[in-house]
Amino acid sequence: MSFISYLINGISLGSVYAIIALGYTMVYGIAKMLNFAHGDVIMVGGYVVLTIVTGMGLSPMVGILAAVVACTVLGVVIERVAYKPLRNAASSLAVLITAIGVSYLLQNVALLIFGADTKSFTSVVSVPAVVLAGGALTISGETIVTILACIVIMVGLTLFINKSKAGQAMLAVSEDKGAAQLMGINVNGTIALTFAIGSALAAVASVLLCSAYPSLTPYTGAMPGIKAFVAAVFGGIGSIPGAMIGGILLGVIEILGKAYISSQMADAIVFAVLIVVLLVKPTGILGKQVQEKV
Amino acid sequence: MKKLKQAAALLAAASMVVASLAGCGNKTAETAAPEEAQGSAEGTWKIGGIGPTTGGAAVYGLAVKNAMELATKEINEAGGINGHQVEISFEDDEHDAEKSVNAYNSLKDWGMQMLVGTVTSAPCTAVVEKTHEDNMFHLTPSGSAVESIKYDNAFRVCFSDPNQGVASAQYIGENGLASKVAVIYDSSDVYSSGIYEKFAGEAANQDFEIVAAEAFTADNKTDFSVQLQKAKDAGAEMVFLPIYYTEASLILKQASTMGFAPKFFGCDGLDGLLAVENFDTSLAEGVMLLTPFAADADDDMTKKFVAAFEENYKDTPNQFAADAYDAMYTIKAAVEKANITPDMSVSDLCDAMKTAMTEITVEGLTGTITWTADGEPDKDPKAVVIEGGAYKAM
Amino acid sequence: MKTKKINMNKTTKSNLITYGLVIVAFAVMQVLMATGNVSSLMKGLLVPLCTYAILAVSLNLVVGILGELSLGHAGFMCVGAFSSAFFSKCMVDVIPVSGLRFFLAILVGAGVAAVFGILIGIPVLRLKGDYLAIVTLAFGEIIKNLINVFFIGKDSKGFHFSMKDAMSLHMEADGQVIVNGPQGITGTPNDSTFLIGIILLLITLFIVLNLIHSRAGRAIMSIRDNRIAAESVGINITKYKMMAFTISASLAGVAGVLYAHNLATLSAQPKNFGYNMSIMILVYVVLGGIGNIRGSMIAAVILTLLPELLRFLSDYRMLIYAIVLIAMMLFNWSPKSLELRERYSPKRLLKARREAKEGK
Repeated sequence: MSFISYLINGISLGSVYAIIALGYTMVYGIAKMLNFAHGDVIMVGGYVVLTIVTGMGLSPMVGILAAVVACTVLGVVIERVAYKPLRNAASSLAVLITAIGVSYLLQNVALLIFGADTKSFTSVVSVPAVVLAGGALTISGETIVTILACIVIMVGLTLFINKSKAGQAMLAVSEDKGAAQLMGINVNGTIALTFAIGSALAAVASVLLCSAYPSLTPYTGAMPGIKAFVAAVFGGIGSIPGAMIGGILLGVIEILGKAYISSQMADAIVFAVLIVVLLVKPTGILGKQVQEKV
Repeated sequence: MKKLKQAAALLAAASMVVASLAGCGNKTAETAAPEEAQGSAEGTWKIGGIGPTTGGAAVYGLAVKNAMELATKEINEAGGINGHQVEISFEDDEHDAEKSVNAYNSLKDWGMQMLVGTVTSAPCTAVVEKTHEDNMFHLTPSGSAVESIKYDNAFRVCFSDPNQGVASAQYIGENGLASKVAVIYDSSDVYSSGIYEKFAGEAANQDFEIVAAEAFTADNKTDFSVQLQKAKDAGAEMVFLPIYYTEASLILKQASTMGFAPKFFGCDGLDGLLAVENFDTSLAEGVMLLTPFAADADDDMTKKFVAAFEENYKDTPNQFAADAYDAMYTIKAAVEKANITPDMSVSDLCDAMKTAMTEITVEGLTGTITWTADGEPDKDPKAVVIEGGAYKAM
Repeated sequence: MKTKKINMNKTTKSNLITYGLVIVAFAVMQVLMATGNVSSLMKGLLVPLCTYAILAVSLNLVVGILGELSLGHAGFMCVGAFSSAFFSKCMVDVIPVSGLRFFLAILVGAGVAAVFGILIGIPVLRLKGDYLAIVTLAFGEIIKNLINVFFIGKDSKGFHFSMKDAMSLHMEADGQVIVNGPQGITGTPNDSTFLIGIILLLITLFIVLNLIHSRAGRAIMSIRDNRIAAESVGINITKYKMMAFTISASLAGVAGVLYAHNLATLSAQPKNFGYNMSIMILVYVVLGGIGNIRGSMIAAVILTLLPELLRFLSDYRMLIYAIVLIAMMLFNWSPKSLELRERYSPKRLLKARREAKEGK
């Protein structure tokens, strides 16, 4: 029984990683950059919801909408100011470093505005928990909502990318920027749109992360951000279903590792599994193997 | 052309370095003077503080910083120490040993005479090495590791980790609070693992059994379901939490989600739990903690301090703030006892303070404190229990 | 032939400038210190500056010369720091001469880090691009995590080892815990000095610059530029990749030794040995110019000094630091800014004027 209970806990932790990884992998797949500031955009989303719901007493829906708007605007502004000027830089690492700069910036702005003390987050999820097997197993409402949200977003994104015109443009840009431009695709607009969608997903992730683990500090986003990055690579970075699978697997491995091996070494176990997976399948679980040409 | 670009970039970079080095040189020319003269000319006390004001541990550093400011303001309004005004400067160390030494050096350049810091244990252990070299008086409000005050120039206001661990085990054992105890601690944190070790050591002498000891780390502290599940499966009646309140608030929430309701027992790190903004205090109902300070105690001193702190910083003070506030008044008491003046050298001040510290008794927010020559405070831990969203003495 | 000779001279000249820069910086600091013009803050920063410069140069070997992104460099530094601090702590009574003990400690740190470099290099270098980056990050985090659960004690019966807690060491009463889990190692002898730091930095530069301009270095760079072409002309890819990776790891270990012997306390925190530090070293490399050894050294110095020099801003310090970092990146890397800088660079303006004079 305790195994099933660990499994459920793992899935609920994993679903949070998965929803963050979706935004991460989306931006990576199209803009080909590791957006280290993604976790901090999530943190900003958390503070927006907190301010609106707890500070102003408005309804959670208003809070979520405001967070989506705020994060989208923030994401687009960051892209325009800090990433776009470096898009054609001599090395792709340059933009990675500015992303780190942006991450520091967001953390420190939040520190100055909201202070360093932990704020407790009131869950915005009103779905009741499901209790099974006479109280031995509990699946929290947050978990149910997070997993449903993950599936909806995953299906929605896949449809959007494969069926809509803008989605096709994204695919084209990710394949070959130059050729896409020649075909009349607005490359800058498409990348800006990608960041807008990625940041809107971050806002949704922030609501679910903070509802499941209700403590908010300026550094809340950093560690889940890195974990989600690992999850995205796990599933094959750039692959949308891969992000979801990677996230959930990561959560399950983390919880089972803690439960059956050692709670002190949970991180080492997660990373060791990651290394093994990548050595067996060097592009992640659902990653595409790109053939190298001379 | 590429070479040219590189050359230009390097030129720009090199000029920055030169400029910054030159900047350093100039700055020191000014600050070196008072250091040479040993003591400040205006006759003010220069007390430095070090702690994290940015980074994950910022909440503790900021609390200390604010409380130091508050105490200084009060002391100055009441005429200073021995008739001299007090000036403080607080430097950020980001909870990192190397940055902490940098902060200490920076304060030396400012002309610091005594140090209140550092807030966290590991940086304190690095800094005490430097204060010992300079023979500077060093009083840490909250550096609780044994090594943090290993020299005779260093004292502390808070309890040491072993002290808290042993006291907690004795309290649980002597009052028969539980027979099966689980521990959840932060194995990457000096404070938490230090308490856990001594707690487990003392538990062997007491009439209860540790049925589960589960750890978490700084990188892995959002989900505690496994630790709680294990405690539950082991049949624990009580969970001992030698951790800080940020994680504790998550543990309480997750335990309640799981339907696991043991007694919770914590140390001074748990203080601040009720002040977490927006926290559902009903989750903390029945939590017991050994803490020297409780923000809603009803003695006049605490009331006055909490009111002033809330007015100035819009925040309820935690145990760190209380320790820092006491640290400032401890310095005041020791200086008055030793009858020293700010024109003395740093080393002379330190020697005088070393003797005075063992002779004074401070009536502080965190209890009536006396010190032994090894720097450890002697005060009674108070056990409190949270009832109806407020602390109650046990 | 003629052009080649000029090229050779150019690289020699460039190398000499790099060494000269370090020596001049050392000399200037010595003069300033002798005349009492250096603040305590600056004095305290001298050893860390050397440490970070060594780290930046050594990472540049992997990122700039080998062309692989490593996010686990702090892990090697961590290994070097802990192994050498452990050595020094055990040997403090056996070898009282601090110079000799520190020399041996450096060898221990470099050696252990090199072994880890080989062990980690074997699986890691089979991967490519971002996947390689994430696996190095994973190894770095594993090292940090494992160090935090190590407990090693010494008593009359010899060494005791545990991965649970200090109590399970079951030591005699005279026992002393040397590596105490998250508390790490405290009381490491304070052997690092600015002079040793500068010497180690010069040695690092010597090793890296010589490697780059050797046959092996050219082979490594050919792998970076085109792996398949390099393989087709018979270059042993694995060998040269491992070579660059191991040397880089070992030099990071040396930096770790310097770090460990500069502070009385050594613990593996996310801040000093986690991915944050690895990324910080990467920032030095990228800001200074990928593959540009001198640049990464200068960037390390600037970025280590910057937050300290910004202390007067108090609460706004890290905020301004972040903004300056973004601004410097845009200035150094954005194609637009490079174009502008080229148009208005003094050299070009001079040249244009000369050309105009000559009537071209």
